[in-house]
Amino acid sequence: MLLILVLAPFAGSLVAICIPTHKGTASAWLSGSIALFCLTVSAGLYPIVASDKVLRYDINWLPELGLNFSLRMDGFAWMFASLVTAIGLLVVIYARYYMSASDPVPRFFALFLAFMGAMLGVVLSGNLILLAIFWELTSIISFLLIGYWHHNAHARDGARMALTITGTGGLCMFVGLMLIGHIVGSYDLDVVLSSGDLIRNDPLYTTVLILILLGALTKSAQFPFHFWLPHAMAAPTPVSAYLHSATLVKAGIFLLTRLWPVMAGTDQWFWIVGLAGLITLLLGAYFAIFQQDMKGLLAYSTISHLGLITVLLSLGSPLAAVAAIFHTMNHATFKASLFMAAGIIDHETGTRDMRRLSGLFRYMPITATLAMVASASMAGVPLLNGFLSKEMFFAEAIETHKYNLLDTITPYVATLASMFAVTYSLRFIYHVFFGPPPQDLPKMPHEPPHWMLAPIYFLVFSCLVVGVIPALTIGPFLHTAVKSVLGDATPVYSLAVWHGWNLPLFMSLIALVGGVGLFLIMRPYLATSTEGPPFFRRLEGQRIFERVLVTLSWKWARSIEMRAGTRRLQPQMRILVAVALLAGAFTLLSQGFKPATIVFRSIDPAFALIWLIGMICAVGAAYQAKFHRLAALVLLGGAGLVTCITFVWLSAPDLAVTQLLVEIVTTVLILLGLRWLPKRIEDPDDPEMMTISTRLRRLRDLATAVLAGLGMMLVSYTMMSREIPETISSYFLERAYSEGGGTNVVNVILVDFRGFDTLGEIAVLCIVALTVFALLLRFRPATESLETPEQQRVQNAFDDDHPDRKKGDSITEYLLVPSVIMRWMFPVIGMLAAFLFFRGHDLPGGGFAAGIAMSIGFILQYMAGGTRWVEERLRIHPLRWMAIGLLVATATGLGSWVFGYPFLTSHAQYASLPIIGKIPLATAILFDLGVFSLVLGATVLILIALAHQSVRAPRAHIRAAKLAAKETA
Amino acid sequence: MELVLSAGIGVLTASGVWLLFRPRTYQVIIGLSLLSYAVNLFIFGMGRLRVNAPPVLEPGGTGGLLTHTDPIPQALVLTAIVIGFAMTALFLVVLLASRGFTGTDHVDGRE
Repeated sequence: MLLILVLAPFAGSLVAICIPTHKGTASAWLSGSIALFCLTVSAGLYPIVASDKVLRYDINWLPELGLNFSLRMDGFAWMFASLVTAIGLLVVIYARYYMSASDPVPRFFALFLAFMGAMLGVVLSGNLILLAIFWELTSIISFLLIGYWHHNAHARDGARMALTITGTGGLCMFVGLMLIGHIVGSYDLDVVLSSGDLIRNDPLYTTVLILILLGALTKSAQFPFHFWLPHAMAAPTPVSAYLHSATLVKAGIFLLTRLWPVMAGTDQWFWIVGLAGLITLLLGAYFAIFQQDMKGLLAYSTISHLGLITVLLSLGSPLAAVAAIFHTMNHATFKASLFMAAGIIDHETGTRDMRRLSGLFRYMPITATLAMVASASMAGVPLLNGFLSKEMFFAEAIETHKYNLLDTITPYVATLASMFAVTYSLRFIYHVFFGPPPQDLPKMPHEPPHWMLAPIYFLVFSCLVVGVIPALTIGPFLHTAVKSVLGDATPVYSLAVWHGWNLPLFMSLIALVGGVGLFLIMRPYLATSTEGPPFFRRLEGQRIFERVLVTLSWKWARSIEMRAGTRRLQPQMRILVAVALLAGAFTLLSQGFKPATIVFRSIDPAFALIWLIGMICAVGAAYQAKFHRLAALVLLGGAGLVTCITFVWLSAPDLAVTQLLVEIVTTVLILLGLRWLPKRIEDPDDPEMMTISTRLRRLRDLATAVLAGLGMMLVSYTMMSREIPETISSYFLERAYSEGGGTNVVNVILVDFRGFDTLGEIAVLCIVALTVFALLLRFRPATESLETPEQQRVQNAFDDDHPDRKKGDSITEYLLVPSVIMRWMFPVIGMLAAFLFFRGHDLPGGGFAAGIAMSIGFILQYMAGGTRWVEERLRIHPLRWMAIGLLVATATGLGSWVFGYPFLTSHAQYASLPIIGKIPLATAILFDLGVFSLVLGATVLILIALAHQSVRAPRAHIRAAKLAAKETA
Repeated sequence: MELVLSAGIGVLTASGVWLLFRPRTYQVIIGLSLLSYAVNLFIFGMGRLRVNAPPVLEPGGTGGLLTHTDPIPQALVLTAIVIGFAMTALFLVVLLASRGFTGTDHVDGRE
């Protein structure tokens, strides 16, 4: 049940994102039913948690890391889950009418549902790591929701700020939670909750506390991290009502309460949490008075109320914890309703500025009445729920918990903040609903649709009912929640409205009277004043935040990059090779590496001669690559051929075949590219030009290169002269035939034993080919290489000189005989490819080799006939071949599922075909067919894309010529 | 045999590394190709050098390291050859695009 509760909103979110943008109502219905469903589920679970049982659901996820997907629901989690789902449902109803049809409404509901899921995840997590994951999810989704109107700069900034602050806090908290896990030895919440003494007495306690508080206080917008919340008000109002009053900001409170039994009661806890809470309580209330934006006022009031809850939690007494839990619920009800009312006013009048609004009571009496009741509750007027928890707060504030200054001033601060609360609540009501009729509002105000008011009705009604008869309504639920947190320490408390004439009541009266008085004094000033409190206006958290951000992410980052970084490739390469050399040398020397003694016996002179040529080729290529590109390419090919011969010599026929074919394709490829490189005229080694630093640099590079070469030589020689140890190779050799159905072990490994690797590899090949294709689509050759190549110019000039020849004749006749042969080679190469392919499973060959061979066939056609000639005659769709190849390979793998085997299990069989004879027909051959098709497609695609450049180039040339003509004109 | 091959690997590596340090893109691409030969041969050499013992079985039979050479390095190198080709192709195209955009074939896009 718990799993369904958490997963249902996420599933709903996935569905909602697929709903087309204009079907907003459908997504609202979907979200509403999901919220309702979750609410019903959690309501249905109440009898279980009410009987003090803890509901658990565990899946082993990574048990070896102590990480289980465990969900757990006790009374407290139940309370939060119900809060999240119930207010979620109400907000969905509200949002259905609030969101305008021009917004992408399904996206809103998708994010909304995802947030609900993440929040449920936070409250229901039974594992600390899981909790941190859901916690981060809430931060991210909140970011997306605040930035929902992303065309608005305020929304973007607010979203980014909220994410930066809560995200950073979340990371700190994550470290803190891991430390707890380290101290306790388990991440399981039940285990953690029962090891309070262990945590409190650990030397790391203070560190853990600070880290966790960083998470909780940033999330709950406590001083000094409070400033993100007012900026988050750029979000659509349903988001503010849901995230920034009822749920997201309560996550910090939730965590503090959840860990209260194991972390509270120490001096550090009292001081840090208490100080943060007290400052937030007072400053939030003070700032709220001076806000001109309705949502800004509510945001600061939220900050202040969260501060109140934090103070309660800091006191460390069980009764205070009861009050904290109680106030959490009360605040959610009245604040959500106030946000919704503010949203309605914004929606119906077009502004939220209290200087412009007034006298709305006559236009929207119902909204006004509801808002008045809710703000009275916020102010703590008797007979409403806000009053009850505030009385409890006062009672706790007077109690002495610790003998220090903070505890002494708490009651005074509490009374003062509560006075401010009365003032801002009064101000909210008075300025918006009373006074003269409003002037020049963007819209004519009137009552909103009935259903938009329904959620507010419900919330305000619960404020009233809870306020009048608390013990009968909220009592049992609160008790369940409290007992699950406090356990045996649950104190005796009474939820009565009337406790007799006592000190808390007097404090309330002082706050009420003082608040009204303060409002009367400040009213003229507030009616016209600018946004924000005097004196503090300049010291804005946002400014500080932005300055820090700029310093960190721009100035410092730049200076580090200036000093330690380089954008030049050569130094990077040198560092890379040097580090690789040092790392290799260090490891070898520290492990006592002894190079094998060099023995000159048993050297085959022929082999040595071949390699002598190979080495000359390699060095020659290195020497010629700068000025004689074609020569370097030829020499490179020589080195490749020697490699290929080595493979043949040393019993690796498969490698030899593939190497030979790849060698051809690579050479063609580079040849195609050569044309687009700039001309380089060899400058005769001018000793004047070679400065000493250049010489030194070259010498250093040469030394590094030689060192690298020597190292490789030593290591490989030592390795090769040792006996081969027992490896998994024998396994493959023994079973290649009996289980893979093929005698060519290398091929069987590729398509059967390690088929999954091959699948990954061909996917890489596919991606590379597509990248090449995409890059070449945007390729603009340099203007200097656009001219007709020199050879063609000479041929054309020859035609022009001979009157009996037409222009272009020489080009057509060029290499006429070879090109005819090349054309006729096509079927032959096709046969060769088929031959390679079919023998692959048993003899050297296979999909790779066949694919490349076939692609050579195509390339020969291009070389013989030219691009246009080929494409007029052959249908070449390399993209399709690639797609087919990937699909066939994957489908073969999936096919084994149908027969109940793991992915890519193959089945071997021989079949005899007429003429060809007996061929191996393992399902692996289908897989190999996929490989073949993909390799063919990819190779042809790459080569053709490059070859096409010369067809496109003339057009670019014409364009460039036109441009030049224009400029001269 | 081992000595010759390892000397070859050494020379291929040295030439490749030298070219990697050069400023022209074409030099780097040739260098990478040389280096990939060296690496492929190195991996291949890890299966030890044997003459006339390809890992191809008799139909119906089984094999072992006594009669056949090690197939695993060969399978690894086979895929490495194909991926090496893809890498060369990609690098070549990046090289061309960079040359088209910046007008130079210096590795940093400017002289």
